[in-house]
Amino acid sequence: MRLKSPFVAMLLSGIAATAASAATPKDTINLHQRALAAMCANCHGTEGRTTDGSAIPSLAGMPREYMVAQMKAFREGTRPATVMHQLSKGLTEEQVQSVSTYFSNIKR
Amino acid sequence: MKRRSFVQASLALGTLGGTLSMVGCASTGTLPAKAKVVVIGGGYGGATAAKYVRMLSNYQIDVVLVEPNDSFISCPISNLVIGGSKTMGDITTPYDNLKGKHGVIHARDRVTSIDAAKKTVTLGGGATIGYDKLIVSPGIDMLWNSIEGLQAASASGQILQAWKAGPETLALRRQLEAMPDGGVYAITVPLAPYRCPPGPYERASQVASYFKKAKPKSKVLILDANPDVTSKGPLFKKFWADNYKDILEFRPNHKAIAVDAKSKAVKFETESDVKADVLNVLPDMSAGSIAMTSDLANVNKRWCNVNYLTFESTAAKDVHVIGDSVLAAPLMPKSGHMANSHGKVVAAAVVAQLSGMDVNPHPLLTNTCYSFVNDKLVVHVASVHQYVAAEKTFKTVPGSGGVSAAPNELEGIYAWNWAQNIWADTLL
Repeated sequence: MRLKSPFVAMLLSGIAATAASAATPKDTINLHQRALAAMCANCHGTEGRTTDGSAIPSLAGMPREYMVAQMKAFREGTRPATVMHQLSKGLTEEQVQSVSTYFSNIKR
Repeated sequence: MKRRSFVQASLALGTLGGTLSMVGCASTGTLPAKAKVVVIGGGYGGATAAKYVRMLSNYQIDVVLVEPNDSFISCPISNLVIGGSKTMGDITTPYDNLKGKHGVIHARDRVTSIDAAKKTVTLGGGATIGYDKLIVSPGIDMLWNSIEGLQAASASGQILQAWKAGPETLALRRQLEAMPDGGVYAITVPLAPYRCPPGPYERASQVASYFKKAKPKSKVLILDANPDVTSKGPLFKKFWADNYKDILEFRPNHKAIAVDAKSKAVKFETESDVKADVLNVLPDMSAGSIAMTSDLANVNKRWCNVNYLTFESTAAKDVHVIGDSVLAAPLMPKSGHMANSHGKVVAAAVVAQLSGMDVNPHPLLTNTCYSFVNDKLVVHVASVHQYVAAEKTFKTVPGSGGVSAAPNELEGIYAWNWAQNIWADTLL
């Protein structure tokens, strides 16, 4: 399928330009939060959704307080783990709060 | 147009973005003359970057991925194909979803040159594509001249590397199958840094596992240019001593300098020659060829220096380099997982820059690397890397990361699930 009209191209570039200039501070915060949460996706799936039947749990829709508590348990060694006791120690409290909030707001 | 939020504009573009992506459907031979973002290379780094630029821009920024193959073949897990417990089908994923689901335009071609001044790339087929941002993720190339005679022996199929998963992976498996019981398989390891630090040791373990079951009189030799095992050393060495004592031998300080394909021999800088029935000789490695020929490899003409905050090349503006080609920050491995992590940091940075937003001053990278010591048991190394502004580099977070206590089956299950999830995260 080809782009039929130069008008459509103009419209597209117009919207893109407007969008770029209209980025708000909240958009920036959201982008950074989403990119940080993407660091979990290597193992836990894009947007926290793992492949079907995965032994690694999905994070999408996980209640925020539960995830924060699990990360704390991994860090303190009260929840046994294979890798998460080592990876959880690499995140600040603020980062844990941020990714937990992000995934709690994603639909399962 | 009145005040309109970024998100609303993005949503409005959702449908149109889908239409736009079909303009350059590579299978019809039509490519756009210009894209906001062009990505070179569809490996763990490039494919992830292409997908995440689309996702993080709410499908607003158009992306052309230049990658000659129609499917991704994973290096991680490919040693299990060589060991015989997985197939090529198990490690192969088509690129279709990047186009169908994410609207990435897939150009089935190679980039032959980059013009950073004009901001264009030229493809093997002759097309030229302009860009606002170029993301270069070409993996590694072999420095054939580091081992005399190797390039010809490799081209003839006599001495393989199988260090880029694909036809050579299967060819090496076939050589092992054809080898009579009582034969010798030898793998040479180049001086670090090279792609996948634990890879040679995992491969040797896989071959030893196969020999133990199918050809018990055969031997595995690891001829390592380094003074010791470069990754997960104590774990590998204990497992070898406990399980492959009469099969596998590790010899450090063996820097290969020449091969003879006829007599199947390797010459070393100081040690005696070694002959083997199946030779798997890994030469020194460098950044991928397009990085080398376009002068992005500005560190010892071998690796690419970048501003780690954005992965923008220090050699060319608006050209970002990720994955194995990058000059590694301290303790940053050249791994698929790390390349996927690079892909996300660069995607977020490029989306921010193209959308008039600030780049994240605190990017984070993770790495989890699993090695199978037989067909079921696995050991891992994990790390978290934070950007340290004062030193302008990534460093591992103190107190984080580590390795397995011992090879175990539970991690074997997680390793296979890791593969499924990272393939999906990169490609689906």
